[in-house]
Amino acid sequence: MNLISLFMMSFLTENIVLTKFLGICPFVGTSSKEKSAVGMGLAVTLVVTISAILTYLLYYYILVPTHTEYLKTLSFVLVVACMVQMMEMLIKKNNPKLYKNLGIYLPLITTNCAVLGILLLNISNGYSFLEMLVYSIGSSLGFTLVIYIFSTIRENLARRNIPYCFKGYPIALITASIMALLFARYVGI
Amino acid sequence: MKTIQNGIINENPVFVLLLGLCSTLAITTRFENAYVMGICVTVVLIVSNFIISCIHKLIPTSVKTPVYIIIIATLVTILELLLQYYAKDIYDVFGIYLPLIVVNCIILGRALAVASKQNIWKSTLDGIGIGIGYTLALMAVATVREVLGNNTITFMDSLSTLTGYRSMYRVFPENNFIPMQFLVSPAGAFLVVGILMAIFNAIRRGGKHESN
Repeated sequence: MNLISLFMMSFLTENIVLTKFLGICPFVGTSSKEKSAVGMGLAVTLVVTISAILTYLLYYYILVPTHTEYLKTLSFVLVVACMVQMMEMLIKKNNPKLYKNLGIYLPLITTNCAVLGILLLNISNGYSFLEMLVYSIGSSLGFTLVIYIFSTIRENLARRNIPYCFKGYPIALITASIMALLFARYVGI
Repeated sequence: MKTIQNGIINENPVFVLLLGLCSTLAITTRFENAYVMGICVTVVLIVSNFIISCIHKLIPTSVKTPVYIIIIATLVTILELLLQYYAKDIYDVFGIYLPLIVVNCIILGRALAVASKQNIWKSTLDGIGIGIGYTLALMAVATVREVLGNNTITFMDSLSTLTGYRSMYRVFPENNFIPMQFLVSPAGAFLVVGILMAIFNAIRRGGKHESN
């Protein structure tokens, strides 16, 4: 597949949050503030890109030759957990200011299903190395875009008078539903 | 008994704690998928709660989370292999959402919040309660989406290779009901869960809303 259309597909039309429901927890949970949404998104992008390369090599050069493909879930989770831990230490040491901004989101990434989801999709879609790279970056940027847009809407919603039983999460999910409808219309770009 | 009831109503994982939404939204296009996924998560949850509450005193606090994740991932891998062998159809339907049970926040969340603090009996019961609550929530969402979106209800179809029995029904007479296919699409999933959550909130809080 053409790399540009693959990028657009992963970025907009098949956005992982709105069509594959990955990363819903941070999407609904942490994205009520603009700044934290962007921070979370960028941290995810970084972790996904690096761990996508690692898991791709791990899968095709270790697991496949040794016929232990069934260990992929376990080993990928380990890679992600280690990556997150390492990033946390690196950023903390080299750039304390960035750590202060990203700090609280980093440990959350381990259990972010968007990360593991993208890694598993790379394998199950049978991408080549380059396609895998484009897909991972596109999807995680798509995640950033969506949680950013969503956080701006959430900030606005917080000021509105909403029926009590819709307050908080229900209205957030209904907003997400409308966003999903809009994003589905991008097909054909 | 109270722990179980707590898992179903006061701490319903989907509608109240808002955990494990990925699979809730993704696989609830058919009633069958919903209860099979519910059972899978329940089994993993009970076993992981049991194991973790047995060994939590041996694990240093600093490596708590990674160790729990490995335990959960091992259980999920076992489940994956079993389903792949015994129920290939359902395994294909779930796709990546089956391995994603590992990062389903319900399981790790309960491991950290309950299993690493309570005794074995209590945390196993908690697993059962939360598991049932999750399964019921999935079934509710799937019923709405399948009945209104596709005008069918599937009790057993992909599983029929395992049980040798198939049951799928049409709900409304065909000529005076137009299925809202929008509900089966991703956008419909968000909408149905949002509305059900609001209804659940309204029922649960009863008349107490004046206090907020």
